[in-house]
Amino acid sequence: MAQVAGLLDEAQAQQVEALLGTLSPAQALWLSGYLAAVGQGMAVAPGATAMASPGATAKPSLTVLYATETGNAEGVALQLAAAASSKGMEAKAVDMADYRPKNLRKESILAVVAATHGEGDPPDPAAGFFEYLLGRKAPKLVGTKFAVVSLGDSSYVEFCKAGRDVDARLEELGAERILDRVDCDVDYDEPAEAWIEELLAALEELAPAPEASAQSDGVVPGAVGPATLPALGAAAGAPEYSRKNPYRAEILDAVVLSGRDSDKETIHLELSVEEDALAFEPGDSLGVMPENEDAVAEAVLAALNLSGSEPVTVHGDEHPLADALKHELELTRLTPAFLAKYAEAAAAEELRALLSAERRDDLNEFMACNQVSDVLRGYPLEGLEPQAFVDMLRKLQPRLYSIASSQKWMPDQIDLTIAVTRFTRDRKPRNGVASTYLAERKEPGEVVEVYIDRNKAFKLPEDPAAPVIMIGAGTGVAPFRAFLQERAETGATGRNWLFFGERRFREDFLYQTEWQRFLRDGVLTRMDVAFSRDQSRKVYVQDRARERRKELWEWLEEGACIYVCGDADGMAPGVEAALHDVVVQEGDYSSEDAGEYLRQLRHDRRYQKDVY
Amino acid sequence: MSESSRKHEIDRSQDLSQPVEKLHPNEKIKAESDYLRGTITKSLDDPITGALVGNDHELTKFHGIYQQDDRDLRDERRRKKLEPAYEFMIRVRLAGGVCQPTQWSKLDEIARTLANGTLRLTTRQTFQFHGILKRDLKPTMQGLHESLLDTIAACGDDNRGVMATSLPELDAVHEQLFPIAKAVSDHLLPRSRAYHEIWLDGEPIHRSAKQGEPVDEEPIYGRTYLPRKFKIGFAVPPVNDVDVFTQDIGFIAIADGDELVGFNVAVGGGMGRTDNEDETYPRLGDVIGFCAADQAVEVAEKIVTIQRDFGNRVDRKVARMKYTIDRHGLPWFVDELHERLGWELGPARPYHFETSQDRFGWSRNQDGSWNYALFVENGRVKDTDQATLMTGLKEIAEIHHGDFRVTANQNLIVARIPEEGPGGKTDIEALLRSHGIAAATDRSNVRRHSMACVAFPTCPLAMAESERYFPHFMTKVEELLEETGLQDTPIVMRMTGCNNGCARPYVAEVGFSGRAPGKYNMYVGGGFHGERLATPYLENVGEDTILEHLRPMLEKYAAERDEGERFGDFAIRAGYVAPVLEGKQFNDHRPR
Ligand code: SRM
Ligand SMILES: Cc1cc2nc3c(=O)[nH]c(=O)nc-3n(C[C@H](O)[C@H](O)[C@H](O)COP(=O)(O)OP(=O)(O)OC[C@H]3O[C@@H](n4cnc5c(N)ncnc54)[C@H](O)[C@@H]3O)c2cc1C
Ligand SMILES: Cc1cc2nc3c(=O)[nH]c(=O)nc-3n(C[C@H](O)[C@H](O)[C@H](O)COP(=O)(O)O)c2cc1C
Ligand code: SF4
Repeated sequence: MAQVAGLLDEAQAQQVEALLGTLSPAQALWLSGYLAAVGQGMAVAPGATAMASPGATAKPSLTVLYATETGNAEGVALQLAAAASSKGMEAKAVDMADYRPKNLRKESILAVVAATHGEGDPPDPAAGFFEYLLGRKAPKLVGTKFAVVSLGDSSYVEFCKAGRDVDARLEELGAERILDRVDCDVDYDEPAEAWIEELLAALEELAPAPEASAQSDGVVPGAVGPATLPALGAAAGAPEYSRKNPYRAEILDAVVLSGRDSDKETIHLELSVEEDALAFEPGDSLGVMPENEDAVAEAVLAALNLSGSEPVTVHGDEHPLADALKHELELTRLTPAFLAKYAEAAAAEELRALLSAERRDDLNEFMACNQVSDVLRGYPLEGLEPQAFVDMLRKLQPRLYSIASSQKWMPDQIDLTIAVTRFTRDRKPRNGVASTYLAERKEPGEVVEVYIDRNKAFKLPEDPAAPVIMIGAGTGVAPFRAFLQERAETGATGRNWLFFGERRFREDFLYQTEWQRFLRDGVLTRMDVAFSRDQSRKVYVQDRARERRKELWEWLEEGACIYVCGDADGMAPGVEAALHDVVVQEGDYSSEDAGEYLRQLRHDRRYQKDVY
Repeated sequence: MSESSRKHEIDRSQDLSQPVEKLHPNEKIKAESDYLRGTITKSLDDPITGALVGNDHELTKFHGIYQQDDRDLRDERRRKKLEPAYEFMIRVRLAGGVCQPTQWSKLDEIARTLANGTLRLTTRQTFQFHGILKRDLKPTMQGLHESLLDTIAACGDDNRGVMATSLPELDAVHEQLFPIAKAVSDHLLPRSRAYHEIWLDGEPIHRSAKQGEPVDEEPIYGRTYLPRKFKIGFAVPPVNDVDVFTQDIGFIAIADGDELVGFNVAVGGGMGRTDNEDETYPRLGDVIGFCAADQAVEVAEKIVTIQRDFGNRVDRKVARMKYTIDRHGLPWFVDELHERLGWELGPARPYHFETSQDRFGWSRNQDGSWNYALFVENGRVKDTDQATLMTGLKEIAEIHHGDFRVTANQNLIVARIPEEGPGGKTDIEALLRSHGIAAATDRSNVRRHSMACVAFPTCPLAMAESERYFPHFMTKVEELLEETGLQDTPIVMRMTGCNNGCARPYVAEVGFSGRAPGKYNMYVGGGFHGERLATPYLENVGEDTILEHLRPMLEKYAAERDEGERFGDFAIRAGYVAPVLEGKQFNDHRPR
C-alpha cells in the first residue's frame, strides 16, 4: 500500500485500504481493470492505449501492434507495453484494426504480436492492415526497428503464418530486426513472456531508460474493462487460477441434449465452482485439461512395442511412458511438426512428400483422419527410443468450450455445451480426446481441471438498451444461452434476436424448452431456426438471415450488435456472405461499400465472431 | 321454449339458453373461434414448437386432428430440455367404412411417408394416422383431399363418422342402406369453410358488410356446435356389429325381404364414464319408434338439434345426449322430437339380433362376387414377422376391382371380388396367402371376437396399456380355454386403457378398462350381441387376479352351460353378477 499512500491523501489511502481489505481475488482483479479503464478514459488515439508514465523520457517510443481475434495477442501486447512503460519507456499497444497505416513510417520501434486464424489467415479485425502491409502501397521502413512474436496452434498446417508473414515483410520493407521472431503454440504464455524479457533487454541496450517509476506498478495497464484483462501471470491481481494453475471443478450433471434418434451427440455439462473462485463473463470460454483414452495410449505402445514402464521426461518432469502418453502428450491430433520429425526418423518418403507446400490439402485431410498411432503403424520405425519419440510429440493441449451460463444468473456454476467428436475413418474409431473425456470418461461427482479463457472480442454491448442479434449453429448457440441469462438477470432493456441452426427439429433443437421460456418471458424478442435435414432442400442459418433481411437491416440501423458463433469453415463465411447481401439489398450499397460497412461494424465492435 | 319443455317443466340452467360466460370454457373457445378457424394457421407457422398454440388444439379436433405426444418419451425429453415429442393423430371421415382401392393406396402412401408407418382401423369403421408432425399436417390433409377423402368432424363436438353394418352378402339391403347412412353423415357435416381455408388453401369466405362480423356458417349447429361429441350408427339385423345401442342415435334397419322399408330409432346410447363419478355411466339406447327410410335424415337432424339446445354445456362429463334424456325424461324427449318433426314416429317394428361379430373368411354376394373378411388384431395395419399385412393390402389394392370395408370390430373386408379374371378371387387369394394374411385371420374365435383401444403411447388419456398389451393377455386366455375345452367358443372380450370405453368394453361379455399401469377394472355379463350392459365385477386389479377369477368361471361355464348359451348370459345365471338393466344402475353394481 505504501506507494498508493504516496499518491493519495491520508483519507483516500484509508478508504482504499479499507476497501481492498474486503476484496476477493476476483473482485480485486475486476477493480484493477476498472481503475485501469478509468485511467484509460484520458488516453489518446481511439483504441490505442497509452502507457504514459511520469518521468519517462520521450525517446525511443515503442509501438506494440497486435492482431487478435480472441484476445490472446492483445494480452501479450498489453503485457509488453506495460512492462516497457514501467521501465520508463514511451510505449503504447494498438490493435491493428484501429491503427492508421500511414503512421507506420513514423514508428521508430515496432513490436508485433500476431495471431493466425482461419487456415493461416490473419485475424479478421486485422485483415485490412495485413492487406495494406503486404500490398504494394506499403511504405519503405528504413530506420524502423522491429520484433515479432506469433501466436498459433501447431496442429494447423499453416502454423503462425500471419506472424511469419509480417516478420518477413517488415524486413523486406527495410526495417531492422532487433530480435528473432518467436512462434508460440497454444500454450503461449511462457514463450511469449520470455520473448518480452529478451525484447526489453534489447531495448535497454538501444536506450538505457531512467529509473522505472514505481507508480505504475500494480496496475494493469491499458485494460478497458473487467472482461478485457489480459490473462498474464505478471500483472498484479491476475486470477488465482490459470491455464498453468487450473481450477478443479466438480461435475454436477451431464445430460445428453440430443434426442434418442439424433445422429449427433451433444451434451450439456454442469460444473460446480465456488463463488468468486473464477471470474468470467458471457463470451468467455472454459479451458479443459483432458486425458487420453487408455485405448489410444495403448495403441501407441503396441505400435512401438514398448511396455509403457520406460521412464521419459516431458517438460522437465519424469514419468513412466504410459503415464506421459495418457496425461502429457497429444495423441489424437497430429501436428505437421510431429509428422516432419517422424518422417525424418523413419525416412518415410511418403510422409515427407505430404509435407511439401503444394500438398497442403492432402496434408489437412491426412491429419483430420489419422492419429499418432496410425502414423506409427503406417510407417513403422524399428527401435525408436521412448525419449526420442516423446520429444517429437506436442504437449497435450487443453480444449476450449464456450461457457453457456452467466455468472450473474448462476454464481456457482459453469455450464458447457459439448458436441462429442466421435466418428470413424477407414473403419477406425476416431474419438476426440477432450469431448469424449468429458462425455464418457468423467462421471458426475468427479473433478476436471479447468481455467477461464477470456475473450474480450466476444462481449455483450456496454449499452443494455442496444439490440442484440445472435447467430449460432450447433454448439455455437452455447454462449448465447449465457448472453440471454445475463441480459435477463441484469434486466437489460435491449431486444434480443436468436438464429439457431441444427440438423433436425425433433432431435437436435438444443435447449428448446429454455428458448421457449425466454420467448414467453420476453427476454428473447424473436427466434428463427434452420433445420437442415427436415426437408429435401438444405436450409441453414444464413438462409434464414437472408429471408429476414428487411428486419435484420432495421435492427442494424437501430444499432444492433451481431454475434456469430460456431463452425468456422462453413457457417461463419456463409453468414458473412448473407450479411453482405443484406447490406447490399436493403441498404442498397455497392458490394465494396457493403464490405466497408461490415468492416466498420467490426471496428465498432458491433460485429463479433467466436468461431472454431 | 317448446310446448314439450313447458309441459315437462324442464330445468334449462345448464344449456344453450344460458350466456356463454356461465358455461364450460370450451363453449367460449367455440364461440370465439370464428367457426373453427381460431389461430390455427398461425399455430402451424410457429417454428419454435411442434405443438399448436393456445386453444387451437381444441379446434383442430373439429377438423379431425388431435394433438398428442409420444408418452414413452416424455420424461426422457424433459431431461434433455426438449419439449414433448408432439405429433398428431388424424382421423378420416368414412361413412359406413367403405373405401375404394385407389383411396387405400393413398392412405397407405401417407401412412408410410408422413405418419408412423402404420394404419389404424378404428372401432367406428375408419382410419387413423398416428405420429404426424405439425409441418406434415397440411401435406397429409391435401393428400387425403386428392383421393376424395376428408377428416371434417371426425372428432369434436359434432356428429362423428356415421357407422353402418358392413354386410355385403346381404347386398340388396346394404345397397339401399348405405346411401342413407351417407346422406345422414353429409347432412350433419359442419358447413364452416374453415377446413378448406386452412388445409386446402381455399378462398377465405366473404365477410358480411358489418366489419369482421362472421356470416352465419352453421344453420344446424350454430356457432357453439354441440355440447359434446355425437354418434350415429345403422345396424342391419341379425348383425349388430355397430353396437347400435351404444350410439346417440341407433337406426335398426327393418327390411321386408330384400326391400329396406325403414328403421327403428334408438336414442341415448353411450359408453363413456368416469371412474368414481357415479353420475356418469354407460347407457344403452331406448327404441322410441319407427320411421320410413326416407325420413331418417330428418329424424337425425331434429334429434341433433334437441341435444344442441338441451344438452349440458356446463359439465362436459354429463353432456352426452344419454344424460340429457335421463335428466329431462324419455317422454319429454319423444314429445320434443315429435313437436320438432311435426309428425310422430310409428310404433317400433319387431327385429332380431344374433351377433355383433364379423363373419371371417370368404363369403359370397347375391351378384356372385366374393368377399374376404380378414382379422386385423386391434385394428393395427402393419407388417410383422408373422404377416406382411400392410404390404399385402397395398398389393391387393393395386389389383382389386371391388371396395374395402372397415368393420366396427376393427377388421377389414375386401369386398366384391369378381369370381374370374385378373384381380379375381384366385389372384386375391394368392396375395392373402403369400403375405400370411389368411393365416393371421385363422386365429382362435375368442381372439377374433376381441377388441382393444389404442391407449399408449399416443392416447393422452390412457391410464394403462391396451393395444400393446391385450394380445399377450389373450394368449393367456386362449390357454385357459384350451384347458377348459372351450377353444372354439366365441366370447366377446374387450379392453380399453381408461374409463372412456373406446372399444365398447361395457357391452362386452368380459370387459376391461384401465385404471393404472397394469391395473384394470373388470366387467362381466354383457350381451353377446350388444343387447345388455356388462356388470362391474372387479376394480383396479392386475393380470393374476383377473385370471384367478376367470379360470373357475370358464370351468363352470364349460361344465354347466346350456346348449348355445353365451358366456355373458351364463355368468348371470350362475350368479357371478347381477344384470345391469339400465345405465343409471350401472354404478350400483360396483364392488365396494
Ligand atoms: C381410435 C378409437 C379407439 C380404437 O381403438 O379404435 C378411439 C380413440 C380415442 N378416443 Fe374414443 N376412440 C374410438 C371410439 C370410441 C368409442 C366407440 C364408439 O364410438 O362406438 C367410444 C364409446 C362410445 C361413446 O362415445 O360413448 C369412445 C369414447 C371416447 C371418450 C368418452 C366419451 C364420453 O362420452 O365420455 C373419449 C374422451 C372424451 O370424449 O372426453 C374418447 C377419446 C378418444 C381419444 C381421441 C383420446 C382424446 O380424446 O385425446 C382417443 C385417441 C387415441 C389414439 O391415440 O388414437 N373416446 N371412443 C376409436 C375411434 C372411433 C372413430 O373412428 O371415430
Ligand atoms: C474459442 C473456442 C470455443 C469452442 N467452443 C466449443 C463449444 O462450446 N462446444 C464444443 O463442442 N466445442 C467447442 N470448441 C471446439 C473444442 O475446443 C474442441 O476442438 C472439440 O471439442 C474437439 O476436441 P476433441 O479433443 O474432442 O477432439 P480432438 O482430439 O481435438 O480431435 C480429434 C481428431 O478429430 C478431428 N476432428 C474433430 N472433429 C472432427 C469432425 N467433426 N470430423 C472430422 N474430423 C474431426 C480433429 O481434426 C482431430 O484429428 C471450441 C473451440 C474454440 C477454439
Ligand atoms: C478457427 C481457428 C482457426 C485457427 N487457425 C490457425 C492457423 O491456421 N494457424 C495457426 O497457427 N493457428 C491457428 N489458430 C490458433 C490461434 O492462432 C491461437 O488460438 C491464438 O492463440 C489466438 O490468438 P488471439 O486470441 O489473439 O486471436 C486458429 C484458431 C481458431 C479458433
Ligand atoms: S379408451 Fe381411453 S385409453 Fe383407450 S383410446 Fe379411448 S381414451 Fe384412449
